[in-house]
Amino acid sequence: METIILFAPLVGALIAGFGWKFIGETAAQWLTTGLLFLAAFLSWVAFLTFDGVTEHIQIMRWIESGTLSTDWAIRMDRLTATMLIVITTVSALVHLYSVGYMAHDENFGEGEHYKARFFAYLSFFTFAMLMLVTADNLVQMFFGWEGVGVASYLLIGFYYKKPTANAAAIKAFVVNRVGDFGFALGIFALYMMTDSIKFDDIFAAIPTLAQQELTFLWTDWNAANLIAVLLFIGAMGKSAQLFLHTWLPDAMEGPTPVSALIHAATMVTAGVFLVCRMSPLLEYAPEAKNFIVFMGATTAFMAATVGLVQNDIKRVIAYSTMSQLGYMFVAAGIGVYSVAMFHLLTHAFFKAMLFLGAGSVIHGMHHEQDMRNYGGLRHKMPKTFWAMMIGTLAITGVGIPFLYIGFPVGFAGFVSKDAIIESAYAAQSSYAFWMLVIAAFMTSFYSWRLMFMTFYGTPRGDKHTHDHAHESPNVMLIPLAVLAFGAVFSGMIFYKPYFGSDASVGEFFGVLDASEESEDHANAFMLISPANAAAEETDDHAEDGDHGAAEWPTEPGKGAIFKAADNHVLHEAHGVPAWVKLSPFIAMISGFALAFLMYIHRPDLPAKLARQQAPLYNFLLNKWYFDELYNAIFIKPAMWVGRFLWKQGDTRTIDGGINAVAMGIVPFFTKWVNRAQSGYIFTYAFFMVLGITAMITWVTMTGGAN
Amino acid sequence: MGNLLSLTTFIPLLGAIILALFLRGDDAEAQGNAKWVAMGTTVATFVVSLFILFGFDPSNTDFQMVEEREWLMGMNYKMGVDGISVLFVMLTTFLMPLVIASCWTVSTRVKEYMIAFLLLETLMLGVFMALDLVLFYLFFEAGLIPMFLIIGIWGGKNRIYASFKFFLYTFLGSVLMLVAMVAMFSEAGTTDIPTLMVTEFGSEDFSVLGIHVVGGMQTLMWLAFFASFAVKMPMWPVHTWLPDAHVQAPTAGSVVLAAILLKMGGYGFLRFSLPMFPIGSEVMGDLVLWLSAIAIIYTSLVALVQEDMKKLIAYSSVAHMGYVTMGIFAVNQQGIDGAIFQMISHGFISGALFLLVGVIYDRMHTREIDAYGGLVNRMPAFALIFMFFTMANVGLPGTSGFVGEFLVLMGIFQVNTWVAMFATTGVILSAAYALWLYRRVVMGDLIKESLRTITDMTTRERFIFAPLVFMTLLLGVYPALVLDIIGPSVAALVENYDMATAGMHSAGTH
Repeated sequence: METIILFAPLVGALIAGFGWKFIGETAAQWLTTGLLFLAAFLSWVAFLTFDGVTEHIQIMRWIESGTLSTDWAIRMDRLTATMLIVITTVSALVHLYSVGYMAHDENFGEGEHYKARFFAYLSFFTFAMLMLVTADNLVQMFFGWEGVGVASYLLIGFYYKKPTANAAAIKAFVVNRVGDFGFALGIFALYMMTDSIKFDDIFAAIPTLAQQELTFLWTDWNAANLIAVLLFIGAMGKSAQLFLHTWLPDAMEGPTPVSALIHAATMVTAGVFLVCRMSPLLEYAPEAKNFIVFMGATTAFMAATVGLVQNDIKRVIAYSTMSQLGYMFVAAGIGVYSVAMFHLLTHAFFKAMLFLGAGSVIHGMHHEQDMRNYGGLRHKMPKTFWAMMIGTLAITGVGIPFLYIGFPVGFAGFVSKDAIIESAYAAQSSYAFWMLVIAAFMTSFYSWRLMFMTFYGTPRGDKHTHDHAHESPNVMLIPLAVLAFGAVFSGMIFYKPYFGSDASVGEFFGVLDASEESEDHANAFMLISPANAAAEETDDHAEDGDHGAAEWPTEPGKGAIFKAADNHVLHEAHGVPAWVKLSPFIAMISGFALAFLMYIHRPDLPAKLARQQAPLYNFLLNKWYFDELYNAIFIKPAMWVGRFLWKQGDTRTIDGGINAVAMGIVPFFTKWVNRAQSGYIFTYAFFMVLGITAMITWVTMTGGAN
Repeated sequence: MGNLLSLTTFIPLLGAIILALFLRGDDAEAQGNAKWVAMGTTVATFVVSLFILFGFDPSNTDFQMVEEREWLMGMNYKMGVDGISVLFVMLTTFLMPLVIASCWTVSTRVKEYMIAFLLLETLMLGVFMALDLVLFYLFFEAGLIPMFLIIGIWGGKNRIYASFKFFLYTFLGSVLMLVAMVAMFSEAGTTDIPTLMVTEFGSEDFSVLGIHVVGGMQTLMWLAFFASFAVKMPMWPVHTWLPDAHVQAPTAGSVVLAAILLKMGGYGFLRFSLPMFPIGSEVMGDLVLWLSAIAIIYTSLVALVQEDMKKLIAYSSVAHMGYVTMGIFAVNQQGIDGAIFQMISHGFISGALFLLVGVIYDRMHTREIDAYGGLVNRMPAFALIFMFFTMANVGLPGTSGFVGEFLVLMGIFQVNTWVAMFATTGVILSAAYALWLYRRVVMGDLIKESLRTITDMTTRERFIFAPLVFMTLLLGVYPALVLDIIGPSVAALVENYDMATAGMHSAGTH
């Protein structure tokens, strides 16, 4: 079944890409969409029936050299299963949505075929992403890793006539390659230390690895820490963390369904997945974990500040994505991998929905993306409005604090985001805690700002566009409805397996064997079993200390994630003080209030504020000037050095030197050049014959070959 | 089939002789006949060479299908293949029919052109199969003559300068290699390559002109061979002949040059430098690693600012050959496996890239990047294939470009992390220059008036690329096809090398 899930999108991509001329563009669209729905259905079946025990499915040999042995193989565990449903569900919905969104595109002229190509790319991306998450070794994962990079490159540059789209595509690929540089070095180092690149072998070797030193560049490092940081650099590239984030906002040049699928729900979460996948390594790499927490928290903050002032609707959501990815890294960095995956899952639903909603607005507004030209659209497109509203309620984290009926009551973001913030506090990482709370405030502000500017107030901008603004067709609204369901309920449904007690999370991830009382409904029912949850809830609060933690195995290898014996964050996150639990809620409320004040109550305030605080405003508007900075310190110097080496190095020094030797010191050659038509060829042949003759003479005179 | 190797080697020569003796006239019909004869010959060669591949036993690390007979004046004619050379033979015979197909539109002195390529094929095959020093030297040096002619007669405007430069570079290396060969013969008393490979050449330190030579004779001989092979690769800083030669060479010439001729350098290192002068290699190995790292970064940066497509791809070739030399002198299984794989893979990829440039050069008669833009609008098939090979060139996993690069880097990481790190930056730079090239040529709107009527690839052109795409993908997905064949021979090479140098280390400590 996993094999079908994996290859269905590839089949679709190949048929749509190469066979659309035979089956027609419409058939190609529906074929790829159908195959994706098949994959999505099977993924849910696989997810719900999965018992947590890691499975391996061998497909074919790949790279084998000496002790290096790489196969094409599937590793199925809870992390993979989670990613499977995220990828195939969002991808299937995006395929469906795209049938409507891509129906007419002003970037292509009459008679130009682009639809089949678009669907082929989407399906190819899905295949690469599935390869990434099902890999049972790091090299295959790297295959998927770069594969999604290519798909992303192709889709960002889909409007190939637009120079900005082409530039953004290259930027995305190259910046990702910077991350891949770290990832690759991490793989090399792991192979050198453990003699394998298979996850199982690596996990088994990690306790030893933590005791070893690795000489890298100028000094010795703790092997576990070094490798974890190198791999994390790869994750930073793919997941757009600070310093390697500049490509993500530009990636919005791609068609909006692409942004929803690749640059919100799936590809950008690959970094988080990688970090969770390597949880056994991280548990032995405390410094690397601190680094990840720091980077994640800083990114969450930085991205949110930029999101406050952007005017392009897609860029606001892009920065929001970057910020939310920071949250996930914080969760992974403090050692609650299940919570990172939890937020990844819920975020996929509501962020994909926000993007598709934004796409619906853009579609209805004839490809206008500047929010300053929106306003009052809730009457024109009420369904889209409600979808966006649900997405906003989810991302800002609306819920009822302290109400607990086996799970907290609130939208998806409320449950999963608060879980991260509480875990950060429990992990005693006050930097991360405060950064995330502040970011939660800003998230709420910019999300509501987006809502108010788009759907409330009076129409601004081109009157003609507004007059013709229209609601999107059903083929686009149905995916929104499905995602809306996820945005509302996924947090509550999946609370227990991802952020429940140590026991329930451990069982779900296959780390612990299913316990006696819950064995009979171990699978699907385990997710939604209030009785159990309530029982464990009492458990959790009644006992303290390492009740749950002690049960987890102390050696990595079993199940999908690992935590060290002294990692009690998951347990302690449930016992944080009330004010901690309340703080993201307060942040959310105040963000909403401020946005309401500035964009509904006193719409003149923003402009005034921007004028008063011009330097700060420009700093944020220009995204902390990262692009300008990189242009000045990387791109321009690289070009300059390249030109210098070419003109001064190759032409002047090397060629000049050789010419000087040839012409100056050996006047003999000069003559040749003067009469050089093709004489030197024969001169050369002459010399060669001379050489061979000399050699043969020598050989013969000294007695032959024997 | 006792003469299989000789048969394969000399079928092209036979074709050349037939053309020279029996084909008369220069009208369209004669030209067509010349092409078909050449095509038939190269295809026949390929078919015959398949028997070599299928008859080859990878688990046997000795030379196989060896032919040995008395030649002139007491010298031996000896041919044979092992796991290291057999795939270069296959690469050559596989590519030559495609090369011939790519010159189908040539109309000047067609007969001579075909003869040159057929002759070249014989000489290249000889290089990879020769097991006698003199024979090797003959093939190795003579191979340049048809290449000179191809550039010098069918080349571009500056062809004289380009081939003169090529000559200058090669000349010095050849002389030194010849001297070293004589020295080898005087020390070992034989020109038999398998014997020389197990001969221990003197490695006692000594001083020449006040310079203390660590590794003695071995180091000197190593340096002499290095001079020749480094130019062939080409390695930085003796690479500057290559961009000029490529720019001036006709398309088919560029393909042969990049896809096969460059590999003679890498093959030489594996056949001579490592097994015959292990101690010399050990002494000088670090130098090669650093030169390779410099080559990768230096030429990638230079590629970034090129204005001529062929030059850009030529510089990219130099960078890719940097991985090869680096892998070879990492002297471990992954490094050398990777180096050989990279050479084979580069044969397909660089060949295809030069052919792609040829496709649009044939239409527009310019290689200047600025003259193009927006080709995708009128040439979708070209855009697709160019994209594929661009991605293969930047080492995308799933293409053969990845496997070689990855193995080399994995091998070098175990030896020297500094070099590994610098070399790995190549993956960033290659993405930058390759995609930037693609963008300027293929992407964007088609606004240049001159491109309005450009046509997409013809069926003939598509047929040339199909086998290349197939091989690039096949080896990327199932590299065992190559690795299984080269693995045992490489393992034996590494083992012998380690034994020889272990002796050196223990001798040093006593």
